Amino acid sequence: MSNSSRVRFGVVVFPGSNCDADSYHALTTFPGVTASYLWHKDTSLGDVQAIVLPGGFSYGDYLRCGAIARFSPIMRAVTSFAQAGGLVLGICNGFQILVEAGLLPGALLRNTGLKFICHYVNLRVETTATPFTRACSEGQLLRVVVKHNDGNYTVDAPTLERMRTNGQIVLRYADAKGGTGADANPNGALENIAAVCNETRNVFGMMPHPENSVETALAGGGDGRHLFQSMIDHLREQAS
Amino acid sequence: MNVRVYVTPKEGILDPQGATVERALPALGFQGVAAVRIGKFIEFRLEGGNLTWQQTHEQIDDMCRKLLANPIIEDYRFEIDE
Repeated sequence: MSNSSRVRFGVVVFPGSNCDADSYHALTTFPGVTASYLWHKDTSLGDVQAIVLPGGFSYGDYLRCGAIARFSPIMRAVTSFAQAGGLVLGICNGFQILVEAGLLPGALLRNTGLKFICHYVNLRVETTATPFTRACSEGQLLRVVVKHNDGNYTVDAPTLERMRTNGQIVLRYADAKGGTGADANPNGALENIAAVCNETRNVFGMMPHPENSVETALAGGGDGRHLFQSMIDHLREQAS
Repeated sequence: MNVRVYVTPKEGILDPQGATVERALPALGFQGVAAVRIGKFIEFRLEGGNLTWQQTHEQIDDMCRKLLANPIIEDYRFEIDE
């Protein structure tokens, strides 16, 4: 496979990112995919075709999670890239950065239990009409981990209504049978929302960590692969 | 001049910390506590230069909207001391 036919991802590294290496590893488990790190001080994204903003504690979560990272030099390039239709995946702290940057609607509050949570959750796929979930089936349950202190998604009522109409609520926390009751909600998120996309469907943020569920041989399973596979399929289709 | 900024959760926004403290106070015997909201207090010194009072005011308001508070979930107000 020539280098030009490879799918090229960029993983942004902020001071305090700690899931950057996991994201890099997850991407490179896919054949024909290359990943490169982009430093927060970079002003250009190079030739990458999609961006991952990884989890972690960028800038120590000072002030608000993601509030400082949003002003990193690289975020100007990420914003232009997103506005031009480029695929941007924000995971956990990456999701927090995307809402702070205004690239996704809503905000992420402290978990209702006031505790850092770290365990497996089931995610119900609410829509497959996104470049991030097209390889899933509607209603499919994905088992992946959450590990965060501020994942309690909130958004004002008129925006929520618009998001519902546009199908921007992409993943919800669910129980083993796919029910989205309060008992399946790990952090108090409004309507069990775990992941949302923007109106143009090219920017996607999720609190859970798909990059930690890409090894089918390990106990964690490989459910996170469906999301990366979706992006890769989308990028290949665009390139052809 | 000295500036003091108060940032609080917007009305209607869930405040898990405030709710927890509100439950903890009666447990310690303090009765009659309601509507606890936990926010942030930020103070800084500002060299105003030749700015008018209104320009200074606008500048601080801009700081609040762009960084110090997240207007989606937080309200803010500030005081300026000469």
